[in-house]
Amino acid sequence: MLVFERARIVQGDFTMAADFAVPEGARVAVIGPSGAGKSTLLAAVAGFIPLAEGRILWAGQDLAPLAPGARPLSILFQDQNLFPHLTVLQNVGLGLRPDLRLDRGQQAQVAAALERVGLAGLGARRPAQLSGGQQGRVALARALLRARPLLLLDEPFAALGPALKAEMLDLVAEIAAETGSTVLMVSHEPADARRFAPLSVLVAEGRAEPPLPTATLLDSPPPALAAYLGH
Amino acid sequence: MADRAVALSGRLGTAFGLAVAGLVLCLTLGTLAAVAWRAEAASGLGPADWAAVRFTLLQAALSATISLLLAVPVARAFARRRFRGRSVLIALLGAPFILPVIVAVLGLLAVFGRSGLLNDALRAVGLPEVSIYGLQGVLVAHVFFNLPLATRLILQGWAAIPAERFRLAASLGLGAAEVGRFLERPMLRAVLPGAWVAVFVVCLTSFAVALTLGGGPAATTVELAIYQAFRFDFDLSRAALLAAVQFALCLAAGGLAGWVARPAGFGAGLDRPADRWDARSGWLRAQDAGVIALVSLFLLLPLALVLLRGVPQLAALPGSVWAAAVRSVVVALTSTALCLALALPLAIAATGRGGRWIEAAGMLGLATSSLVLATGLFLLLRPFVRPGDLALPVTVLVNAVMALPFVLRALLPALRDLQAGYGRLAASLGLRGLARLRLLTLPRLRAPLGFGAGLAAALSMGDLGVIALFADQGTETLPLQLYRLMGAYRMDDAAGAAVLLLGLSLGLFWAFDRGGRGHAGL
Amino acid sequence: MRPIPLMALALVAAPVALPAAAQDLPVLTVYTYDSFTAEWGPGPLVETAFEATCGCDLQFVAAGDGAELLSRLRLEGEQTEADIVLGLDTNLMAAAAETGLFTNHALGERDYDLPVVWDDPMFVPYDWGYFAFVYDKTRLPEPPASFEALAASDISIVIQDPRASTPGLGLLLWVKAAYPDRAAEIWEALADNILTVTPGWTEAYALFTEGEADMVLSYTTSPAYHLIAEGDDSKAAASFTEGHYLQVEVAARLASTDEPDLADRFLAFMVSEEFQKVIPETNWMYPAVTPPGGLPAGFDTLITPERALIYPAGEAALIRDEALAEWQTALSR
Repeated sequence: MLVFERARIVQGDFTMAADFAVPEGARVAVIGPSGAGKSTLLAAVAGFIPLAEGRILWAGQDLAPLAPGARPLSILFQDQNLFPHLTVLQNVGLGLRPDLRLDRGQQAQVAAALERVGLAGLGARRPAQLSGGQQGRVALARALLRARPLLLLDEPFAALGPALKAEMLDLVAEIAAETGSTVLMVSHEPADARRFAPLSVLVAEGRAEPPLPTATLLDSPPPALAAYLGH
Repeated sequence: MADRAVALSGRLGTAFGLAVAGLVLCLTLGTLAAVAWRAEAASGLGPADWAAVRFTLLQAALSATISLLLAVPVARAFARRRFRGRSVLIALLGAPFILPVIVAVLGLLAVFGRSGLLNDALRAVGLPEVSIYGLQGVLVAHVFFNLPLATRLILQGWAAIPAERFRLAASLGLGAAEVGRFLERPMLRAVLPGAWVAVFVVCLTSFAVALTLGGGPAATTVELAIYQAFRFDFDLSRAALLAAVQFALCLAAGGLAGWVARPAGFGAGLDRPADRWDARSGWLRAQDAGVIALVSLFLLLPLALVLLRGVPQLAALPGSVWAAAVRSVVVALTSTALCLALALPLAIAATGRGGRWIEAAGMLGLATSSLVLATGLFLLLRPFVRPGDLALPVTVLVNAVMALPFVLRALLPALRDLQAGYGRLAASLGLRGLARLRLLTLPRLRAPLGFGAGLAAALSMGDLGVIALFADQGTETLPLQLYRLMGAYRMDDAAGAAVLLLGLSLGLFWAFDRGGRGHAGL
Repeated sequence: MRPIPLMALALVAAPVALPAAAQDLPVLTVYTYDSFTAEWGPGPLVETAFEATCGCDLQFVAAGDGAELLSRLRLEGEQTEADIVLGLDTNLMAAAAETGLFTNHALGERDYDLPVVWDDPMFVPYDWGYFAFVYDKTRLPEPPASFEALAASDISIVIQDPRASTPGLGLLLWVKAAYPDRAAEIWEALADNILTVTPGWTEAYALFTEGEADMVLSYTTSPAYHLIAEGDDSKAAASFTEGHYLQVEVAARLASTDEPDLADRFLAFMVSEEFQKVIPETNWMYPAVTPPGGLPAGFDTLITPERALIYPAGEAALIRDEALAEWQTALSR
């Protein structure tokens, strides 16, 4: 279970409070107006932004002392998810061993992960030689190998077309189901949220609200969300 | 900053960086203190010293400004054009920066001197001659030496704008003027102050050029005044004071640059080669071609004349010159390795907490009077060892520290971009320590590392090894041997040695720089 | 080259008794200026000749030029390794004596072939020369015959900075000795002839060889190099009616030496034929004692000044600062 315990994030004159729990294995969309702090919420979980107050706990353990790489999570950013000078194999391999000294078994795991995301045979390429969707798949393959219980998606597929994005979200859902991961996904698209996430967290007006069923939230949105959705 | 927690430097890395900064401080301020402490009586600076300070500031500020004004169009032309031999030309254009002063001056005189090509041509068409002696001569020489440095620093700025931004600009239909406004001008705002200071400080510590071409004692620089205080008056206290003034001027210049510079914030790209859709018009092509042709003429003609004069003498060079050449190459390679080993941890530590101070410490080598450094080191080491036994190790160390500022300048922007672009990703993957160095830092810094290594090697090759205090038999470097040949009337042999030196310096620079750019990610 | 480790190895491995090894020999350390020890300088020949008879290891330590030598000695003080310093000159003698680091030699009175009488108890002369302006006969058919003629002409000259170079200081004292009361005036008149002032002899002479200036401040003996080593007789020194300033190069024994006898033997060797005959064609100066075989062919073509100008050691030191101020004022305009 991911718990925000009276957590407060302060950045200049921006503040956000969160005090709720996300059940283990849940897929949760983080929705809300632009600039409300959706990405900031994820960055706080991932360890890039320190909390001003409160705690964030995973499975009862406070995450604060853990460096970003040591937290029980993988994160996919909006962009720059891959190192452009490394090959696809190397980029994925980093998920297993950050020093890339992979043994045979681990190499096989990398190949299997690439095959799982539909990129078999493209391991020798560099990111610039891949399409946007393929780049997303490489990042997913790496997340798959890292096998962390928590997966944070900061709109990594925002640049993809609707069909491709749907495909990627399905892939994430499958992988999350296979690994039992808890997923937090920032989304701008109500349709994506409905499709992917049974639960949604609304971030608006300096607060991240406790998760509610996505359908409930979207069908009878509170005023802040309604304005954003254009109702 | 939020990203402090994920800064590039681990605790060990920072400690290492601090140790390097400490070493540099010892070698620069420490040696200055040793000289001041040894001084018998305190003395102040006389009017002649202050005149030297004023002249030094004037010529350094003018030299830096002119070098930059010329370097911007040159760097832009090279950034916009791809042609066969481009990289070789860029490497060649760097040559003046790494030449021993006297060789470069003779090359310049062959073009601009009283009996040089330019004045021959002017006489032939009945125009009045131009004189290279006086302030103008100092400026021509300093621009000749530093235009390559300024061009390279600015060119790096251009190269650091991700290709994606130019693509975006092209997709928006931006022409050369708009690209200039939205991409190039912010980049220049970030790059120019640092480049200006680099050239300014190099000129600030100028020694022989200023007096040789300056025409008279009014063209005395601070570095020369230090030498005079040491040699003519044996006034160590004045030498130390002057060196301290030199430090203060450099620090002030550095502070000013830090205050003026604004980070450009282009972010990272995906290493696609930059294609310049905005610069395809015929007029811009002609303009760039003209700029490249002119700068090549200015920088390469003097070198060509040095070559022309010296190549026929190569075969007849005395054996001691070849021995000195081998020694110089070994010294250069060792000092390059040392310089990189110092620069990398220093640069990494400089991206973390207190980075500005660590960076400033690394830059101190630039502001150092080599004479005071050598004297201080001599005073510090002499109680323990025979100075002659340390001739080569000291040369290696001093060359490394002297080249450190340039290598640091080359590494830091790339390292900061790396941190901004991939710091979070690396942190989220737990990429730390040696693995991070091997998989991320070194490969991403390959180009600036290669450039820095080339620079360090070439600078070390060209360094006169001013360290007369440590000299011993069988430790002469090639530039010293060259100078000795000239000092023994042997101008022809000296011309041959100059060609050898030029070839070796350029060869080393080119090999390292090429190695660095060998694979650009695609 | 200093003894190399291989040699030590050979000694250890050798089963037979060897003659006294290099490291067992007494070492005589001679500080000298850089060009003395160059491959083509007197150093190597002198070393071989002296070591053949002294049963010692003669080691040269090169330290810049004469004035830098003295600065280094002052840095080191009595802890210096030097037994002998070779390469000071008349203009540095007073300052050198003042350091108290040197001691009198044991050579007694000797006859030197110098243009002046030499009876200094501390410093032993080994060579000498006159400062002069050197020109190229093909480019300047009619050289000036005095400072005043030079000043009145539009001939260009390259000189050296007196604070950074030995000939530069020589010229400063030359003008002062020739015109004790009018030196400032002469410098002002010369100002428009001076193409530039270089930090050292090397830069100045290079500018002259490259055709930048009509004349360069050097020595009356400079043309001998071009004639003998290059077969080029186009260079000559202009003879000035005011007379020429004399430079005598000297050596002396350190008071702190641990090899006083060896040091004295070296000084005696220095004024012997073995050493003196090497000087003309390696140091390109006149030997302090003309060897029995006379000077090399070619030296007879050099000009012989009618008057030798020189300040006694103590006076040179006193006059230096005044002359420098005049020079700076005149040339800084």
